[in-house]
Amino acid sequence: MVEMVNRPYASAFEAFAVKNPDVLCLSADLTSSCEIDGFRDRHPDQFLSLGMAEQNMMSFAGGLGLAGYRPFLHSFGVFLYRRPYDQLMASVAYPRRKVRLMGFLPGITTPGGMTHQAIEDVAVMRSIPNMSILETGDATEVESICEAADSIDGPVYCRVLRGSIPRLFDTPIRVGEMRELALGADVLVVTSGIATEEALRARDALSNAGVSIRHLHIHTIKPFNEQALLDHIGSVSKGVVVLENHVITGGVGSLVAEIMADNGVGKPLVRLGLNDTYAHGGSRGYLMKHYGLDAGALVRGIERIIGASTGIDEEALASARVDAVHSAVKAEAL
Amino acid sequence: MRNKRSTEEVALGIRRRVFEHSMRNNGGYLSQACSAAEQLAFLYNEALNLGEPVLPAVPKPFAGVPSADNPDYVTGAGYNGPFEPQYDRLFIAPAHYALVAYATLIETGRMDAEGLEMFNKDGSSVEMIGAEHSPGMEVHNGTLGIGLSTGAGLAFGRKRRGDTGEVCVFMSDGEVQEGQTWEAVQAAAHHGIDNLWALMDVNDQQCDGAMDSVMEVRDIKAKFSAFGAVCVEIDAHDLGAMRQAKDEPHKGQPLIILARSSPTKGMSFLQKRFPRLHYVRFKSEEERADMNKSIAAELGIEPVELEAH
Repeated sequence: MVEMVNRPYASAFEAFAVKNPDVLCLSADLTSSCEIDGFRDRHPDQFLSLGMAEQNMMSFAGGLGLAGYRPFLHSFGVFLYRRPYDQLMASVAYPRRKVRLMGFLPGITTPGGMTHQAIEDVAVMRSIPNMSILETGDATEVESICEAADSIDGPVYCRVLRGSIPRLFDTPIRVGEMRELALGADVLVVTSGIATEEALRARDALSNAGVSIRHLHIHTIKPFNEQALLDHIGSVSKGVVVLENHVITGGVGSLVAEIMADNGVGKPLVRLGLNDTYAHGGSRGYLMKHYGLDAGALVRGIERIIGASTGIDEEALASARVDAVHSAVKAEAL
Repeated sequence: MRNKRSTEEVALGIRRRVFEHSMRNNGGYLSQACSAAEQLAFLYNEALNLGEPVLPAVPKPFAGVPSADNPDYVTGAGYNGPFEPQYDRLFIAPAHYALVAYATLIETGRMDAEGLEMFNKDGSSVEMIGAEHSPGMEVHNGTLGIGLSTGAGLAFGRKRRGDTGEVCVFMSDGEVQEGQTWEAVQAAAHHGIDNLWALMDVNDQQCDGAMDSVMEVRDIKAKFSAFGAVCVEIDAHDLGAMRQAKDEPHKGQPLIILARSSPTKGMSFLQKRFPRLHYVRFKSEEERADMNKSIAAELGIEPVELEAH
């Protein structure tokens, strides 16, 4: 069975921050919700509470950056870019301050509904000059997100998973790269974040149905290795499916579409994610199924590319969950 | 470099220079020079410990925006002296006061008068709304309300490092309409950021007119005190009061000096424009000539030689 890791961010941030005295831990009243309560209690000198006041926190962080510190801002993703967007632009992004935005609850990974769901954050952040974007898809990536973010010379926005998280990979995030999880020849599947686990669920069923999948996991959304993507697209015969925990406008699907269009790649592309809609409150499983973000939606997308039914039903996908996942790690070494 | 001239002389020089520039360029931020001349003169000429400028007296052209592949990018901070632990830093939060701030740099010997000729010219770093790369501007502040937060962050960081230099934010009173200002004060007070102080030009004016008509802000001294600052209210044109206010003890708290100013001080002619003083343009050649004559006389200079339009 796949290993589940509990609260990997908590220990990873603490281990990282204590080694880096110029890293300051900033919180906007979501300290335990962002798994930094233990850090606050054990390292109060490196912790700064800024209250429910994200506009000030953002510009304050810009000032800390000017003073040579590397603040890690902890909040739910939505609260790091929706209200303080102007402050993010003027105080952080423009001057390229080394401010690390640790955004929890990406997409529909919260039952909190619209106000808590960062469904367009990638689109917003992609359009900001100087901004980098990382996204975590498993426990190992959460464990390595601090090092990866702090290696970036400028501001970075991270979609961070919290709570109990599966371990899918055994190597840390390497900024600017992508994970090659399968190297099949029919359809290229591009996933990020929690969508990757869904694609892994579908893989055996697709293989049994005779569909050969090439699967990329994206943890670095910006900067992006365009040529690597083009090479993978060139290696499949049918087309590309992107599945992401985000609106399909401006996210990874748009990124892939732009690269294909810019380079005159004339292959079919299916983008799966929230399609011009908000979500509402509910469990992750319910929301992923309801809004077409799960393994079943991916299979239907692949069927659109190949123009045929695979015969894979929900039952097949449910039974496929996910004892083969750890073998996906091995796929990295292909 | 400091105190070659009295602060009164510098203040008069700022008004004269902004007036002359505005007459030649068919308008400008005259009112801000009226209200803030003593304040900016005070900051640069005596209150701040800045050190010699480290950027050329004649500003270089705009060198591009910050990006990973633009090593030429510089901010305008160097006109306020080197970024070293013992020196103070100054943020001009209302970036539209840039013309007044540039005039102050010239009057205190930090920039050549030639620098003002580049004001609002394409390709120049001497921008109309002071940008991060404009002389004397250290960070972007064009959005009102972000200056005090950035100052608080920098001050916290500097205090943590043991720097002796303080952080000063020159503010405008319209900024109290922004929620972020109050977030910043409460954070600075909560974290005991007492190497931070602000001088606020309280001229009761904003873009749409008199503040009371746009958005009543009530007793801001009481509000600043309630949010945790030490707050002192003075006459903005009384340098003795300003000096005394700067010396107000504020251990463990930020200091906010509310400088109650006249938006037409030294240029009484502008009272005819009240309450629309945010940016003064001439309505006619006749008005321009009248203004030229009247304000020049009040400032004790000859009228500006004007080219016909």
